[in-house]
Amino acid sequence: MNLYFWPPQASLHAEHVDWLIGTFGLLVALLAAPVFILSAIYLVRFRYGRKADRSQREAGNVWLETSWAVIPFLLVMGFYVWSTRIFLDQQSPPDNALTIDVIAKQWMWKFQHAGGQREINELHVPVGRAIRLTMTSQDVIHSLYLPALRIKQDVLPGRYTQEWFTATDTGTFPLRCAEYCGTDHSVMGGRLIVQTPADFARWQAQAGADRSLAQRGHELFDRLGCAGCHGGNAQGQDAAVRAPPLAGLYGKPVPLADGSIVRADDQYIHDAIMLPNKQVAAGYKPIMPPYGNVLDEEQVTQLEAYIRSLGAGGGT
Amino acid sequence: MTEAKSQVNPRMSQEAIPDTAEERVSYLAEGHTLKSWLTTTDHKRIAILFLLSITFFFFCGGIAAALIRLDLLTPAPDLLSNDGYNRAFSLHGIIMVWFFLIPSIPTTFGNFLIPLMIGARDLAFPRLNLASWYIFVLGGLATLATVVLGGVDTGWTFYTPFSSTYSNGAVFMALTAVFISGFSSILTGINFIVTVHKLRCPGMTWGRLPLFVWAHFATAIIFVLATPVLTIALVLVALERVFGIGIFDPRLGGDPLLFQHLFWFYSHPAVYIMILPAMGVVSELITNAAHKQIFGYWFVAGSAIAIAVIGFMVWGHHMFVSGQSAYASAIFSFLSIVVAVPSAIKVYNWTATLHKGDIVIDGPLLYALGFIGLFTVGGLTGLMLAMLAIDVHVTDTYFVVAHFHFIMVGGSVSAFFGALHFWWPKVTGRLYNDVWARLSAILIFCGFVMTFAPQFLLGYEGMPRRYHVYPAVFQPLNVMSSVGASILAVAYLLPFTYLFWSLRYGKPAGPNPWGATGLEWTTPSPPPKHNFETVPIVDKQAYCYPVGGRGEQSRPRTQKADDDG
Repeated sequence: MNLYFWPPQASLHAEHVDWLIGTFGLLVALLAAPVFILSAIYLVRFRYGRKADRSQREAGNVWLETSWAVIPFLLVMGFYVWSTRIFLDQQSPPDNALTIDVIAKQWMWKFQHAGGQREINELHVPVGRAIRLTMTSQDVIHSLYLPALRIKQDVLPGRYTQEWFTATDTGTFPLRCAEYCGTDHSVMGGRLIVQTPADFARWQAQAGADRSLAQRGHELFDRLGCAGCHGGNAQGQDAAVRAPPLAGLYGKPVPLADGSIVRADDQYIHDAIMLPNKQVAAGYKPIMPPYGNVLDEEQVTQLEAYIRSLGAGGGT
Repeated sequence: MTEAKSQVNPRMSQEAIPDTAEERVSYLAEGHTLKSWLTTTDHKRIAILFLLSITFFFFCGGIAAALIRLDLLTPAPDLLSNDGYNRAFSLHGIIMVWFFLIPSIPTTFGNFLIPLMIGARDLAFPRLNLASWYIFVLGGLATLATVVLGGVDTGWTFYTPFSSTYSNGAVFMALTAVFISGFSSILTGINFIVTVHKLRCPGMTWGRLPLFVWAHFATAIIFVLATPVLTIALVLVALERVFGIGIFDPRLGGDPLLFQHLFWFYSHPAVYIMILPAMGVVSELITNAAHKQIFGYWFVAGSAIAIAVIGFMVWGHHMFVSGQSAYASAIFSFLSIVVAVPSAIKVYNWTATLHKGDIVIDGPLLYALGFIGLFTVGGLTGLMLAMLAIDVHVTDTYFVVAHFHFIMVGGSVSAFFGALHFWWPKVTGRLYNDVWARLSAILIFCGFVMTFAPQFLLGYEGMPRRYHVYPAVFQPLNVMSSVGASILAVAYLLPFTYLFWSLRYGKPAGPNPWGATGLEWTTPSPPPKHNFETVPIVDKQAYCYPVGGRGEQSRPRTQKADDDG
């Protein structure tokens, strides 16, 4: 059995976090030192029965107390700024990031690549490339935890959350569920496999998806008869009266029946399919049936991919 | 014969000592029937009822902890099934939080001491006080019913939608148990607030209140303001679980994060319910051991109130990775650093109080020092958790488990034992063997550190909490932790043996064995039913210890009467 005291670092962010906790740990030790050292000294020097100068005892000293409240606070604030900047950087993935869909369910992790490759409890990614994980849960709250990258994000039902990273080392790293989710929570884990771009390309080919995510979504779109209202391949003219056309929708502002405006992002499209009466587009009747009991989250992400592929103003 | 005699500790005798004159007229002598206890409205007797009940629950929670640590000796699931393990840690959390830690110091020592410390004959509402105990017992019975019904597997946090929709444990019964116990907290809180406002004896101004009373005043405010929010949250979970009303489950149109906001709006202040009374105890123990005025009375008293107030504004730091707004997280992170300041003030002030003291190192002081050491570590690692970038990595791991056990167990439980030892002579009228007290204080400290220090490392290495099965690389540290836990278990049992022993064989304590200031020490030990024969009048600050050191009246406690050196 090999003992190890520090988890592997597989990204620049992991390095930053380690530096932060290391230096902050030093500050914290420095703040605690007077308590431990002075207590020990006082216990010896002023022990009962020992001769010591006990005259001129102080019952308080406002300046002393203010200084030992304010100085540590200011020192800690320096670290607060540093830590918050690292955290906020971690909130916005770069635009060129490779997006992978993550669907959590009791008790497994499913990953869907844009090319259509799907894997369970294993996540293959190329080294040196920003990866954005768009995550949702089929049932309860889970949390995708990648200790080697020092990141973690809860995965919620009915909502998309995201985390991103750029792995700097190839290798296999643990992937765990960190939010308690029931019986097999502790075995809901897997492996993050970081590969060189060449190896990753080989894996992609080998994983052998015959259709891309968007193509799967297109098939689903046809099979469910969405075109009946949303337009044949989103181009029909008559149908557009009953339901909003989908071509060019993605990323655009959508005026709603209640007068507000939302952006047609993944979350909006997800809710429009699963809970269509939540946000009804202006000018249309709320007649679409909810698909919450018909589709699972994987299928929704495929439909989203399809709608995304319709892009701004184009067909398939 | 003389040899045997010299080995006998002067605090103990070989023969049972018959009741003293004080004991024959004390509150303990006011009726010996079960009925006289179950219908009492005497705050001191109710404190004893609470003490017995929470001790029972402490052992129940301890058994669950023992199962957990035993099972974690190996990475594989051997002792318990996955479901069994989940039930064990859920029960451990629910019992320890709501049926031990929350009521621990306030309902026992707070109940017993607040009237004595402020020169009152009882709490403001004696019957409400008894009602609080009955409600607590009812909640406790509901918890035991949960176990009989097959247990609950939601963790003590009841996160939705797992608890409201997916769990198949006895969630409703567990919710009921916690729901009921909340009313006990609220009643005790109201009682304390009114008592401190209305029943202080002449001369007992706010500026002369013992810090123990200040701490409990702050705690009572949290009891009254935070507990109803938990009550509401639990009712909402029950509504969704039983009637399918969509509040938290997104499939029913609810929002799972709403529950976390409501839950932590109570449960973070609840952490201060657990720690503030402990801080009050430590202020008493340190000043008495050092035989010296507290350093910075108003800073220590004010920081208790500051903690109670700011404590309501930091709940979001439990949700940095939950999906709440990043900017909200940044603000909660800042406020969490702010709330650490009053705690830091207290710790530095206790240290300064020892300066130029006349320090007797005995059982109660060792427990107090144990508190300060463990609380400091727990508090500073809490500061690390307040840092967003660190928290993202270590939240929901063993780092957090270690952190809050340092505060709640290392801190609060150490202070609870310190209070038990310090006021034992007042409560029972008897002295215990201080050698054993010192030994168990040291053993508790060492056992605790060995149990929980390795968990910081486990957490940083990436072992999530609530993991039954874990990767083999984590085993050495888990074994270390489990070995420490077995030491801790023995150390916790130890005081119960020599304290019980002292009830029969301990020497009578006399009114003030520690030479302490404070009105509770002016009464006989144990105190009579109505505490004070005449209403006391206070004309001094708290902790007005003589400047010239210990006089004859305040002989230090560990010195034997016939021992000169």
